[in-house]
Amino acid sequence: MTASHDRRDFLKLAGVAGVAFASGLFAGRDGASAQDGDFHFVQFSDTHWGYSGPANPDAAHTLEKAIATVNGLSAQPDFVVFTGDLTHTTDDPKERRSRLARFKEIVAALRVKDVRFMPGEHDASLDRGEAYREFFGATHYTFDHKGVHFIALDNVSDPAAKVGDEQLAWLAADLRQRKPDDRIVVMTHRPLFDLYPQWDWATADGAKVMDLLMPFRNVEVFYGHIHQSHHHTTGHIAHHAARSLVFPLPAPGSQPKRTPLAWDAAIPYRGLGSRDIGVTAPSDYRLVDLPVAKA
Amino acid sequence: MTSRRTTLRWLIAAPAVAGLAAAGFAAEPPVREIRITARRFEYTPASITARRGETVDLLLTSEDRIHGFKMPDFNLRADILPGQITTVRLMLDRTGSFAFFCDVFCGDGHEEMGGTILVEA
Repeated sequence: MTASHDRRDFLKLAGVAGVAFASGLFAGRDGASAQDGDFHFVQFSDTHWGYSGPANPDAAHTLEKAIATVNGLSAQPDFVVFTGDLTHTTDDPKERRSRLARFKEIVAALRVKDVRFMPGEHDASLDRGEAYREFFGATHYTFDHKGVHFIALDNVSDPAAKVGDEQLAWLAADLRQRKPDDRIVVMTHRPLFDLYPQWDWATADGAKVMDLLMPFRNVEVFYGHIHQSHHHTTGHIAHHAARSLVFPLPAPGSQPKRTPLAWDAAIPYRGLGSRDIGVTAPSDYRLVDLPVAKA
Repeated sequence: MTSRRTTLRWLIAAPAVAGLAAAGFAAEPPVREIRITARRFEYTPASITARRGETVDLLLTSEDRIHGFKMPDFNLRADILPGQITTVRLMLDRTGSFAFFCDVFCGDGHEEMGGTILVEA
């Protein structure tokens, strides 16, 4: 069973599923609600460093401003994750490495030094992750933090958007070590469910991942790719998409093509930002969308 | 160019055709062949018009690199490889405008690589 939710539905869902949600409209609180949990972490996604175009005339500096916003949080997150498309794609392998290197320099300004990375198709699909691994290491991995098991999945190094049998076997082996009520957070780039296949917003073998996760009672998925906040449930498992730091994309199926929403000079960075995620045992998540820059 | 033909048959019509054959009706309606060439970041042609009830064979070729051909409304996908023709049979059993697109990431412009098949009554 799957279901998507607009914001009003999601607030209703929050009371049931142990998830609370606030948009950037609440930015004046500096994400304080996310900081009330056992711990909190920040998710950046789709920074697309190297993009140049009218959809974001300030693309060269948006990431720096978003980092300054996170650095200004009154309580710093335990760690930061980047869920892919760190850089904008290029055919030139040398330029790809130059963009990855510059991106790495920029994010070194984060006050938090525990930073986890994942690739997006713009980083990894043209060379199957070769350049990405030179800078950031493995494209899929796990780590544990304060009782939560985090799993980073790669659904982009295969240009056909597959997790692949080898990684699925690795995931199955990892999950065999977990108990049914363990707390698990999955992080990845593309949606693991068929969000809108007409725009290729899906993972080719995402259903196999979900089949492996389904026996576990406390699973939450955080991803990017679609450049907007979006919330969905597959059975008891919630999926949360984060906003981008380059340009917002339209709501699924809301227009004929998935072209970027136009930049509005009167409201710069509208629809862009990062997310502060508070985690409280046993499985409560408090999501606060952070703006690029303080108003 | 054509070193091998890969045929993917989408036999929505297969049971009906088999039934007609068993009943002694030999005539199968002609299948129209439509050639579609893929290259970064476009298909040629990108707009195709057909009639409802028509069966078409899409002959897919690539001029540069591997591309994908995905048409979710018909649960259809195929890889398009350079130097080969991939043939996809499609029974257009309903009217509407149906999108197809590349689902193998091919660079800056991949997201815009798509087209439509318009099926008229």
